[in-house]
Amino acid sequence: MDYFIELLFSGLTRGSIYALIALGYTMVYGIIGLINFAHGEIYMIGAFTAFIVATVLSIYGFPLLAIVIIAGVAAVVWAASYGYTIEKIAYKPLRHAPRLSPLISAIGMSIFLQNYVLLAQSSDFLPFPRLIRDFPFMEPIAHIIGSTDLVILVTTVVVMVILTLIIKFSMIGKAMRATSQDRTMATLVGINVNRVISMTFIIGSSLAAIGGLLIASHIGQINFYIGFLAGIKAFTAAVLGGIGSVPGAVLGSMILGLTESFATGYVSSDYEDVFAFSLLVLILIFKPSGLLGKATNQKV
Amino acid sequence: MAVFQELKKGALISLWFVFLTFPVMVIKVDPIARTVTWRWMNALYMAIGTFIIYTLVQFFIKRRGRSKPSTVQKEAGSSVIHRLLDNPRRRAMLFVALAAAAIAFPQLLSAYQTNVMTTALMYVVLGLGLNIVVGLAGLLDLGFVAFYAVGAYTYALLNHHYGLGFWTILPLGGLLAACFGILLGFPVLRLRGDYLAIVTLGFGEIIRLVLENWGEFSKGPSGISNIARPSLFGMELDLHGSIVFNYYLMVLFVIFTIFVVNRLQNSRLGRAWIALREDEIACQAMGIDKHRTKLVAFSLGAFWAGLMGVVFAGKTTFVNPASFTFMESAIILAIVVLGGMGSIVGVILGALILILMPEYLRGLSQYRMLAFGAILVCMMIFRPQGLIANIRRTYVYKKTHNDAQAS
Repeated sequence: MDYFIELLFSGLTRGSIYALIALGYTMVYGIIGLINFAHGEIYMIGAFTAFIVATVLSIYGFPLLAIVIIAGVAAVVWAASYGYTIEKIAYKPLRHAPRLSPLISAIGMSIFLQNYVLLAQSSDFLPFPRLIRDFPFMEPIAHIIGSTDLVILVTTVVVMVILTLIIKFSMIGKAMRATSQDRTMATLVGINVNRVISMTFIIGSSLAAIGGLLIASHIGQINFYIGFLAGIKAFTAAVLGGIGSVPGAVLGSMILGLTESFATGYVSSDYEDVFAFSLLVLILIFKPSGLLGKATNQKV
Repeated sequence: MAVFQELKKGALISLWFVFLTFPVMVIKVDPIARTVTWRWMNALYMAIGTFIIYTLVQFFIKRRGRSKPSTVQKEAGSSVIHRLLDNPRRRAMLFVALAAAAIAFPQLLSAYQTNVMTTALMYVVLGLGLNIVVGLAGLLDLGFVAFYAVGAYTYALLNHHYGLGFWTILPLGGLLAACFGILLGFPVLRLRGDYLAIVTLGFGEIIRLVLENWGEFSKGPSGISNIARPSLFGMELDLHGSIVFNYYLMVLFVIFTIFVVNRLQNSRLGRAWIALREDEIACQAMGIDKHRTKLVAFSLGAFWAGLMGVVFAGKTTFVNPASFTFMESAIILAIVVLGGMGSIVGVILGALILILMPEYLRGLSQYRMLAFGAILVCMMIFRPQGLIANIRRTYVYKKTHNDAQAS
């Protein structure tokens, strides 16, 4: 039973990380209908920024709490800046181009960013400093759920609540929902669509950076290639839940996280990634609109 | 005053990029030795580089804006290469010259050069194969390398276990890859373009992961070595002879592929592909079986990848899963996009540029993938039709003498 609960929590932890990344995919898709292939790379850059800042600060002997806060803020700021800039360079000029063009541009951006980090930093796996210490009160149940898992779960829940509040009640959230329903109409009622799109990229990238920071300190190492796999898995989660739907992305991520966790725990860990990809292929074949997505009919 | 404004904007953008690239470019930490290196020069290079690129881009956009009215005429006249190909006499001369160069190549240059050229020709064929799927039918296939792997492993495994020869496996590898294409394509081709891209990407990764993990079947990451080289009518060739033979084999392959793709492009099927790419709904309304047409394109592309896989295994005599990563698919896609989607001449040129250039600029080869990424983005923004755009077949109504008199 303990093993089951352990796998359950590890699945939820994975799911939380996927959810933080998947939200970026789903929000961008909801608004401009583009699979932002470079989103995984933004997550990687967020994690890398956190790694660099945290290591520098720890070498200069800052206290742990200051390191966590400064590294977290730096990761979010830089990831958001990258997201904003990528949208301006690679997607905005192609907004009226045929469907394939922005997708190819996004793939190019993803390859570019990976190799940029590879060349500017290193191709090795780098050890990420331990930012989260074990809490004393977690001692009795430490064999089932670790302190980092707890931090990840709590952070994700808090972020989700904030995001939901932003989307439901704030001005920009309302503008986002309006834009995703009908972009032309949104322009007519005076919404600055370009600003809404930029904001979507900024929010999505910030979430990915938080995910990157959390997972890197959980796993304890980092490399330029982590964005590729995480990106595809988060995309799988977004599609599973129904791309374009925010609660769908969270639900899909949790299902994917649990599936992976139980499959590796009870079946085999060699094929961990194969499970995720097979799940993706199966969903797209049998229910392309996802669990919570709306089936849209193409009109002439 | 306008110049000053421009300079100010350029400077601001440079500053933004310096900020953006600051942590990754300037700071380099060594977490084990616990040292920090500050590479301030990189920030300076970044600033200067961004400023120059920004100025160049602005300059080109302005120039393009000025020459806008005349572009329509220019497109009709098209590029130098198309003009060369339009004239039958010049075309014949060009072909003779190319054929002579192709035949003389291994005689004049070293075995190393020949080997490099063989690789480039393989990518020409792969590019032309992907061109059917992406360029003509408009289906973005990011798992193309999976079919390449199927071909390569078909030859490697059958040769290893049953000692079957190259020529027996060649059609078999192609057909098996095409079967995989149909198997994958049957369910997923119903999906819209961007979903298709992700599913094919996932499929490509599944194939690679299975090859890596299923040790009893594929010998895992260590791969299969000592695969037989292609033989010439039962004769076993020595190393140098084999390199030259591979080269001629590839030349024949390229000619065969160009012939087939060219015929396909102008056939009923090829026109159906292009129609499908342009507008699915209109295409269905014209009575074209959308599903079947896509499936044929997908499996034909896979067939070519499978053939090349067999040739690849025969040429290198060694296969392992590391040769079939997503990056390989990305390179082939970059070839098609750079050359011009749907254009045969373009794809050939794209393959030669992208494969030969890094080979001869060895010092820059680590920037290869960086450049490929940048090429994909820049081509989409500035020249989506590629280096050499495919010209549409157009039928121009010619006024006869009588018509002229009547009007």
